Amino acid sequence: MRTAVRILQRVLGAVPLLLALVIATFVFVRMIPGDPVDILLGQGGNVSAAEVAALRQSLGLDEPIQVQLARFLRGLLEGDLGHSFWQRQPVARLLVTTLPATVELALAALFFALAIGIPVGILSAVRPGSLLDRLAMATSFLGISMPAFWAGLMLMFLFAVKLRWLPSVGRLDPALDLRPVTGFLVLDSLLTGNWPALRSALSHLVLPGLTLGLELMAIVARVMRSSMLEALQQDYIRFARAKGVSGWSAVLRHALPNALVPTVTVVGLQMGVLLGGNMVVETVFAWPGLGRLVVGAIFARDYAVVQGAVLLYAATFVLANLLVDILYAYLNPKLSL
Amino acid sequence: MSLRRQFLPLLGLAVVLLYVLAAILAPYLAPYPPDEVNLPMRLRPIGTPGHPLGTDHLGADLLSRVLFGARVSILVGVLAVSLSLAVGASLGAVAGYFGGWVDGVFSRFADLLMGFPYLLFTLFAMAILGPGIANLVLALSFKGWVEFFRLTRGEVMSEKTREYVLAARALGRSPAAIIAGEILPNIRHSLLVLATLRMGYLIVMEATLSFLGLGVPPDVPAWGSMVAAGREYMVSAWWIAMVPGLAVVGLVLSINLFGEGLREALDPRLRSL
Repeated sequence: MRTAVRILQRVLGAVPLLLALVIATFVFVRMIPGDPVDILLGQGGNVSAAEVAALRQSLGLDEPIQVQLARFLRGLLEGDLGHSFWQRQPVARLLVTTLPATVELALAALFFALAIGIPVGILSAVRPGSLLDRLAMATSFLGISMPAFWAGLMLMFLFAVKLRWLPSVGRLDPALDLRPVTGFLVLDSLLTGNWPALRSALSHLVLPGLTLGLELMAIVARVMRSSMLEALQQDYIRFARAKGVSGWSAVLRHALPNALVPTVTVVGLQMGVLLGGNMVVETVFAWPGLGRLVVGAIFARDYAVVQGAVLLYAATFVLANLLVDILYAYLNPKLSL
Repeated sequence: MSLRRQFLPLLGLAVVLLYVLAAILAPYLAPYPPDEVNLPMRLRPIGTPGHPLGTDHLGADLLSRVLFGARVSILVGVLAVSLSLAVGASLGAVAGYFGGWVDGVFSRFADLLMGFPYLLFTLFAMAILGPGIANLVLALSFKGWVEFFRLTRGEVMSEKTREYVLAARALGRSPAAIIAGEILPNIRHSLLVLATLRMGYLIVMEATLSFLGLGVPPDVPAWGSMVAAGREYMVSAWWIAMVPGLAVVGLVLSINLFGEGLREALDPRLRSL
């Protein structure tokens, strides 16, 4: 009960912050040089001034900025995020269709980061100074130092262009037909029993997922190694070993649970990397998610889309932080929310 | 462990110095002007006589472009870190020393900035400011100061209760003199380590912005925009995207290796990531 109240307090506490952010975005996006009406009409010079004025009026851009802001905030209360100038769709619908793609990609990245980073970190810690350890730590340095856009292009070049093992862009083979249910393609293909689509969706996730997860993978491996090294030197491990617990069992059953806590902390802190990094990865892999949407909208001066996307990003951030705090409290009962 | 005994960090430092030298001497080292269009020689592979790193889609020499590209990355990296350090350390010192509402306001603002994707932030800033080296420095520093603020604030808060600060205060020295003359010299190692490690990150950010077309103007060769240009030719001329990317990785990796060695030598407490 007390926990529920605390969670509610945290959520409500985030509202002023989100509101400030929405207003800042609203103002900043209008400070970007370039008129959306000009961009919409293109460079062709054969548009009359009356037509320009009519379009401006129909988009609501002829009013003073405070009137536009008031209208936007009123709409927000009713759950209306406005319309995209460019795609002629409600922003809310655009966000709902792109969010699953982004979340699916972030989950794939998280999976790769943990599935590779944790075992590598453990193996390095068990044999510190070994060839494997040194190789793993050198590789992790590379992972932190590599720009995601370039790593993505190189993975694409190797596995899609040269070896032809994996698809390069998009979420699904366009020749396949998949009935949308949730927007999460892996889930949808499972729900509808569409196995070719499942295969295609999974294979499309590999390269962008790896690219997005690369940095986190390196960080997880390093943190896992150092916390595991520390855990293995504790008295309870020596005691377990003295009692006759075999090597790997001592590592996995006794040391691992304790060594995982710092890793969870770091993964939580780095969730922002997954969310913030997706703009680049989605652009490189033509992934139809939130990141690609917002980059395109900034270039197109599609005000309403930028506003909506920033709000969604920020809300996701607040939520992710909250989830991490709850997970901490669960893993370490000494802490409270 | 002293820095002199470590091999990799010293190698990193040597490579960084080579990059800096290459950037300074680019006009003398580059065999061609970086923007020289030579269509008959376009898309030549690595190892072509006269073009050791090949040519791009316009026939410009990639070696020359990579050498000139080092100027943008290093200049933006150094300036953005310096500005972030100056702003962050000053505000952090003030917030940490005085506490109270000053600290509250700055810390809230820092939290707000921390809770937001760095790239989206800088993307926005660059869209408003327009391309250019000065604008890149501003856009990157706009959030880059936060790490320096947090470090300085925390260190100043813990240092200000130590005897040497209390003694200086008892002698009647002003807060400004105590911060600048007593506390800062004691935390300069931590700041130096953080600055080195942030430098690599900001250089990657600059390359990313240039890749997305929001960095320097199109006529200035930058590694990120060179990769973007090579993207269209991945199938026929992969080296156009590969070469400038390797240049980024080499520089950032060297900076990080050096920074990590510096951390171990000077400030083992600072957490490594």
